[in-house]
Amino acid sequence: MEWLQETYLTYQSTLGYIGLNALLALSVYTTLSCGQLALSSAGFAAIGAYAASILTLNFGQSFPVALLAATALPMLVAVPLGLPVLRIRGVFLAIATIAFGEVVRLGLVNWDYVNGAQGLVAIPQKTSVWMIYLAVALALLLLARLRGSKWGFALEAIREDEAAARTMGIHTTVYKLAMLVLGAALAGLAGALEAHYSFMVAPNGFGFVRVVDMLVFAVVGGTVAYYGPVVGAAFLTVLPEVLRELAPLVGIEPGPLRFLVNGVVLLSVILFLPNGIVSLPARLRERRRARSVTA
Amino acid sequence: MTALLALEGVERVFGGVRAVDGASFEVRPGEVHGLIGPNGAGKTTIINLVSGLLQPTGGAVHVGGQPIRGLAPHRIAALGVARTFQNIRLFPELSARDNVIVGEHLRRKESLPARLLGLPPAREAEQRVRERAEALLARVGLEDRMRERVKNLSYGEQRRVEIARALAAEPKLLLLDEPTAGMNPVEVEAVAALIAKVAAEGHSVLLVEHNVRLVMDVCHVITVLNFGKVIAEGPPAKVAEDPAVITAYLGGPA
Repeated sequence: MEWLQETYLTYQSTLGYIGLNALLALSVYTTLSCGQLALSSAGFAAIGAYAASILTLNFGQSFPVALLAATALPMLVAVPLGLPVLRIRGVFLAIATIAFGEVVRLGLVNWDYVNGAQGLVAIPQKTSVWMIYLAVALALLLLARLRGSKWGFALEAIREDEAAARTMGIHTTVYKLAMLVLGAALAGLAGALEAHYSFMVAPNGFGFVRVVDMLVFAVVGGTVAYYGPVVGAAFLTVLPEVLRELAPLVGIEPGPLRFLVNGVVLLSVILFLPNGIVSLPARLRERRRARSVTA
Repeated sequence: MTALLALEGVERVFGGVRAVDGASFEVRPGEVHGLIGPNGAGKTTIINLVSGLLQPTGGAVHVGGQPIRGLAPHRIAALGVARTFQNIRLFPELSARDNVIVGEHLRRKESLPARLLGLPPAREAEQRVRERAEALLARVGLEDRMRERVKNLSYGEQRRVEIARALAAEPKLLLLDEPTAGMNPVEVEAVAALIAKVAAEGHSVLLVEHNVRLVMDVCHVITVLNFGKVIAEGPPAKVAEDPAVITAYLGGPA
């Protein structure tokens, strides 16, 4: 009985993190969908997490108020950040936005009010798994509704050829900024939900490594479809857990080897499915067709 | 009648090269205006200046009487200017139909809230947009290639998608930068007919083209450029006999 409860608790935690990682992956996807590699999501998540935690912990605000603030504040920050940095492209945009994340992280490390590098602890546990999945569902619904609309096509056009898109009358800056702001909102919300799910936040949880994780979720899942990042987040969040369970069954100590297998799986997806896991059905169909032609 | 497009002493310098050197000419409404000249004469640079992808270093460009200096390309597009590209710049991963749908961007007056709520008017508007795109593709003879990704289309087909995409904006001024390059004679014939028809419908066309027969057939007026300067202008028959034009193309007497 105790074992059952324990297992449930383990899986409940994983279940929550799948959703949280999905939100964070979607926050990177928003800008990727119009061809911009912005890596500011960890910074926005940190702002959301700290804003919400300060409100519930120090000001006794209700959780909905905290979530609202955690969503709105990163959006406000995204506008003055985006206006200058979205003028630059490619790897330079990535570097500039990583720098933003580091500024946020180092700012928090040096801010005594929030205990510096130690971070905030004993945050009230207010996040339920359903809240996380409601947020994921709403984000997916929003992205799905954009698809096929005037705005969805404009985003695709910008991703494919920005200059050509501009000559079609598309105000590319507005679209790129809107996607950065939307991503900031999703990241901030995810940060706040995570803080109230794991009881604590620390600046070093929102560093460069974290935003690379988010990017990997999105890329492995596939950025050709709006739900790809969710698939990637689910796959890469569950994979280590599965490997931990499987390792003893094949007589291997669960430990460092797990990370090696994790890396091999990751590399295989990137090598053999460059458009991500969501492109697997199309790839299989293609191969079957090719085989029927040669046969 | 006032000119739809007017260039006045337009100049564009790249480093030490004067790609466009004080060029002046006008395109009137409903006119097919040829812009010809040897390689490097500055034809594509002029197209880029008019569409806003480049800014002139001197002179003035007016569209519909409005100076366009400093305007971003999307603002110029809103004045009714659409273009194709010499080196084909379609959206490669999108289908032919979706490329043309992007071209309709400025004509689509839709409400974002209605779209996000999935209201029926938004869906109906999108249906109409799709139908218009399909009709345009049929017009350039691609009705059976609409769902194909454009990167899988032939060169000539891609050029035709670009023309359809530019027409989707219902532009007052259509800039065509070598629309028939790489096309077979049958395709060239079809494009010539299309240009004539588009002009008859009231669109002005500025046509950069190397196919002399096409230019002679469809243009009302031809401007000849050499080293960034206008060396001749007039109706096709007159331009063809102009000694300066013959010298520019064939070289002068030794």
